[in-house]
Amino acid sequence: MSEVKYIGGYPEHMRQSIEIVNRSRAKRKDAVPAAMSAEQRQETLQVHPDYAPGGKRELKIGPNKGDPVPVPVADLLESYPLIDKTDVDLSVADHEVDVMIIGGGLAGTAAALLAQDRGVEREKILLINKLRHGDCNSIMAEGGTQAADRPIDPPDRHFLDTIGGGHYANKPDVVRALVEDAPLVMHWLEELGVVFDKRDNGDYVENWGGGTSARRMHSCRDYTGLEEFRVLRDEFRARRIPSIEHSPAIELTTDASGRVTGAVLYNLETGAYHVVSAKATVLATGGFGRLHIRGFPTTNHYGATADGLVLAYRAGAKLRDADTVQYHPTGAAYPVQIVGFLLTEKLRSAGAQPINKDGEAFVFPLEPRDVEASAIIRECYVRENGITTPSGLRGVWLDTPLIDAIHGEGYIERAFPAMKRMYARFDIDITVDPVLIFPTLHYQNGGVETDPDGATNIEGLWVAGEVSGGVHGKNRLMGNSTLGTMVFGRRAGMAAAEYVRSATGGQRTFQHVESFVNALEGAGVAPERRAPMLLPEYRGKAALARMIDVW
Amino acid sequence: MSESKTMMERISESTRSLTTGVDSRDVEHWVTIYIMGRGYEVPADLTIMTAMEFAGYKLIRSCGCRQGFCGACATVFRREGQYKLESALACQTRVEDGMYLVQIPFSPAEAAYYDIESESYDYSVFSKHYPEVARCVSCNTCTKACPQDLEVMDYIQSAIKGDFESLAEQSFDCIQCGLCALRCPAEIVHYNVGHLGRRMFGRYGSPEPEHLKTRLAEMERGEFSSALDALVGASTKKLKELYAARVRESDE
Ligand SMILES: Cc1cc2nc3c(=O)[nH]c(=O)nc-3n(C[C@H](O)[C@H](O)[C@H](O)COP(=O)(O)OP(=O)(O)OC[C@H]3O[C@@H](n4cnc5c(N)ncnc54)[C@H](O)[C@@H]3O)c2cc1C
Ligand code: SF4
Ligand code: SF4
Ligand code: FES
Repeated sequence: MSEVKYIGGYPEHMRQSIEIVNRSRAKRKDAVPAAMSAEQRQETLQVHPDYAPGGKRELKIGPNKGDPVPVPVADLLESYPLIDKTDVDLSVADHEVDVMIIGGGLAGTAAALLAQDRGVEREKILLINKLRHGDCNSIMAEGGTQAADRPIDPPDRHFLDTIGGGHYANKPDVVRALVEDAPLVMHWLEELGVVFDKRDNGDYVENWGGGTSARRMHSCRDYTGLEEFRVLRDEFRARRIPSIEHSPAIELTTDASGRVTGAVLYNLETGAYHVVSAKATVLATGGFGRLHIRGFPTTNHYGATADGLVLAYRAGAKLRDADTVQYHPTGAAYPVQIVGFLLTEKLRSAGAQPINKDGEAFVFPLEPRDVEASAIIRECYVRENGITTPSGLRGVWLDTPLIDAIHGEGYIERAFPAMKRMYARFDIDITVDPVLIFPTLHYQNGGVETDPDGATNIEGLWVAGEVSGGVHGKNRLMGNSTLGTMVFGRRAGMAAAEYVRSATGGQRTFQHVESFVNALEGAGVAPERRAPMLLPEYRGKAALARMIDVW
Repeated sequence: MSESKTMMERISESTRSLTTGVDSRDVEHWVTIYIMGRGYEVPADLTIMTAMEFAGYKLIRSCGCRQGFCGACATVFRREGQYKLESALACQTRVEDGMYLVQIPFSPAEAAYYDIESESYDYSVFSKHYPEVARCVSCNTCTKACPQDLEVMDYIQSAIKGDFESLAEQSFDCIQCGLCALRCPAEIVHYNVGHLGRRMFGRYGSPEPEHLKTRLAEMERGEFSSALDALVGASTKKLKELYAARVRESDE
């Protein structure tokens, strides 16, 4: 095949459409399409991957028996364990702690800090990481963190935005905790030394987010999660709280009463197992983007494989809203090396518009995410107004140069260094040319049900962060997730610290696993399926076909 | 109805190689790369990271976010026929024919133990915890190694001057990949210095906004409790009405 000619990072046929977008920019600058009515939103949602037919099935066993969830999630929840009681000696604990935290993202790290603040000795805390402490979704958050902290924006406004955005499925008392603690979390981060974007007068720069009625998005350039997380991790390390890396938890242990009493870890490099005994466990394992639900690419980190859901479900934890998945409207669709990577919503907050192949703005840029994503899918696959890339993907443009046209030259450079850098690596200048986008699998809206302190229906088990369900209902708003990880990470850490004051260690058994296996067999599930997944499979098909196992 | 089903199938078709691993039959252009010295033929449009996976590596180290934010995938490489060692992020860099590469999964550097509440906001915080900054010979090797294209030497100079604001500004986009520290002849651990400085700036140089303090005081007094009580107790019907009646803050 003859080599394609590229101009400014784009092949010729895409370049032609870009010229049309460039020409219509001035006209579109002050003519933003109106927001949809409730009816229009409903209609648009018909093409959303959650609502389009297929893709889900009802769970056959467990606390949520009968509930529909995405097929890859159902497959994992209804899987056999990686180990059984003959593989490991649960009677000897390698680590005996008061509070074990599984998963070191923002939620888990916050839980560890607050558990120590509330009196648990540092040696009695243990943070477990699948990979490094920092290989997580938290570090990738770009756009911002919501907190209602300006006179015009009382917390009840934040409450309404959140619960309406979540289609009223959210747990009201948990939402209340979210919005009430938000200013407190900002204060905590200030004290720890997070550098937020501020105006000359010292006020926060606060931006719009999709579905919000006031500006309350706090950011650190487009590295918000990186800055928040690295500060928490630095504090964690400076306090010398123990942690283990490259050793995922592969099963919880319970005692005769069903209380969670510890976990079994697996050293990914040596293959050895470790047994942890813990009086309280905080599960903070994050989301499931790497399941590629409905075949979508994802924004999520490498280890986002729903391990926490699997472990908790086996132990009897109840899930909620696990049927909905958040597809971020603006994933990269070109070049192929970065497909699925996130283009922060903050770009649209700053004025970038989705544009079709004919240079037309076809949707209000800040609809709630599910609506915005559906409108883009519809534009590409129903109205056939998308642009097809050399690798066969479709997408529409996100008109990034419009941002500088609105705010003045140099704004993108200052506010979006990560986005600019990501494209510059592939010879595309986002200040000059638009970028191609298509929705990407982004966030697990539901998860393990909790109360406002992260407590679950199981004694000894708290849950915080993306693995939890309830706070976002059926659709999360931008900036509410990083906020939620810290609000509920902190609360879970405090609640666990309170609990271990009087709790004693328990027996460690796999009783819950055995009854789960019985239920699987009863439901006729074939024994091949095993979970947790730990890491997705991306090895080349040819290489896999020749792989043999000799030791 | 069946139309949207085929639509979902068409979408997942178009992304199959990205979500399930590359099938050689779909590949048109190939290059040869050398992973730790051993040659592999890989598709030309993969990143270093996905090319390693294509070759059969199941990554356990040197792979985290896969998107340029976590710094796990620091990679050192040399192009065939060249003497120069270059560095890159494996998840953000396309493979090139004749690339000799190795990943650096870990840099054995130590971060300081400190309590931000009791540090002084001047140069002494660096001389106390990272005295080696004073040994910088201004060779600029660190800057050349940085895959984020930061002015690394400049931020070390800002630390030496005790200029926290410039240090925070210049080092802000650091993803702590460790490549600078591995190349520095003075054995400075730049990313730790930068981090200490940024936290100090965040804590002491960039005060908490007044409007946040006001809000905290209002919350303390329970000013919003009854409004929130009402919302928590409201029916879905009532919530829908209130949601529809929200007035969007004006853009001015
Ligand atoms: C690209 C991107 C951009 C985003 N932008 C925003 C934003 O602007 N604003 C916002 O509010 N939200 C944003 N989000 C969402 C938000 O960042 C995440 O939902 C949130 O940070 C999740 O935090 P967490 O602590 O629950 O999970 P994570 O940060 O994902 O941490 C979970 C940790 O648990 C580990 N783990 C998993 N399984 C195991 C196991 N079996 N054993 C041990 N450890 C395990 C994981 O490896 C990981 O380190 C974004 C997400 C992504 C991916
Ligand atoms: S400053 Fe150093 S650690 Fe930070 S991104 Fe650049 S090379 Fe990596
Ligand atoms: S590599 Fe080390 S010595 Fe050279 S300029 Fe950078 S900090 Fe200074
Ligand atoms: S894997 Fe995180 S920066 Fe490359």
